[in-house]
Amino acid sequence: MRRDIFQAIADPTRRAIIVLIAVQAMTPNAIAEHFDTTRQAVSKHLKVLTECELVQPQQQGREIYYKLQIDKMKEIDHWLEQFRKIWESRFDQLDNLLETLKKQQQ
Amino acid sequence: MKHNLQFDFEADKVKNTLTIRREFLAGRQLVWDCYTKKELLDQWFAPKPLTTKTKSMDFREGGHWHYAMVEPDGNEYWGWTDYIKIQPIDFYTSTDAFSNAEGEINESLPRAEWVVTFTDKGENAVVETVVTYKSLEDLEATLQMGMEQGMLATLEKLDELLVKLTGRE
Repeated sequence: MRRDIFQAIADPTRRAIIVLIAVQAMTPNAIAEHFDTTRQAVSKHLKVLTECELVQPQQQGREIYYKLQIDKMKEIDHWLEQFRKIWESRFDQLDNLLETLKKQQQ
Repeated sequence: MKHNLQFDFEADKVKNTLTIRREFLAGRQLVWDCYTKKELLDQWFAPKPLTTKTKSMDFREGGHWHYAMVEPDGNEYWGWTDYIKIQPIDFYTSTDAFSNAEGEINESLPRAEWVVTFTDKGENAVVETVVTYKSLEDLEATLQMGMEQGMLATLEKLDELLVKLTGRE
């Protein structure tokens, strides 16, 4: 499941779509206006993003609006946070080592 | 006893980089030594409760560091770092990899490029580490390895312990 998110954001156009709809939900036509690609290509990207549950289509009248799923984006931040913890632990140990070395030098 | 030291951790999901900036309460030369001498690296590089064990190290351009991170139960995870460019005590660049005890690099696992820069900040030193992965998937795979190594589970235990300890103060 997590792998899917990374497939979703691996493509530059999909990343641009995410940025675009982060501000407000948009229709495929409105999204396509921002890119030099065909409406079909945009639809394909939206399909991938939907399958990864990064965006959600919402029917409003005759139009479908695509909305960003913020929680899903947070999953990416979650594992980065775990990475950060590894570095924190590492640096805490380096702090202790430097402290010891400085005392030895005195 | 917590000092207010600079610590930045930034992920650039477009460039596939991690930038880690950390200030240390020591001069640049001493911090450089901790990054580049095996007897010192062995004392801090593996995050708790893992320990670091160097098998061989040759810190020069074209040289390498072959080491293991060892779990308390004795499980070993081997790593191999190639040193590319070295300019004491300003910066060095390297490529990391997963390997085995014989030093054979595991090509199926992601490698990353490291640029480690040392600068002065008053009497302290700041180390900036920029780790570049080929892709976000690589970055994730590396983290996944950490999970398999029990690194994260144990880190969470450490967090719990710290909460208990600070609560007692």
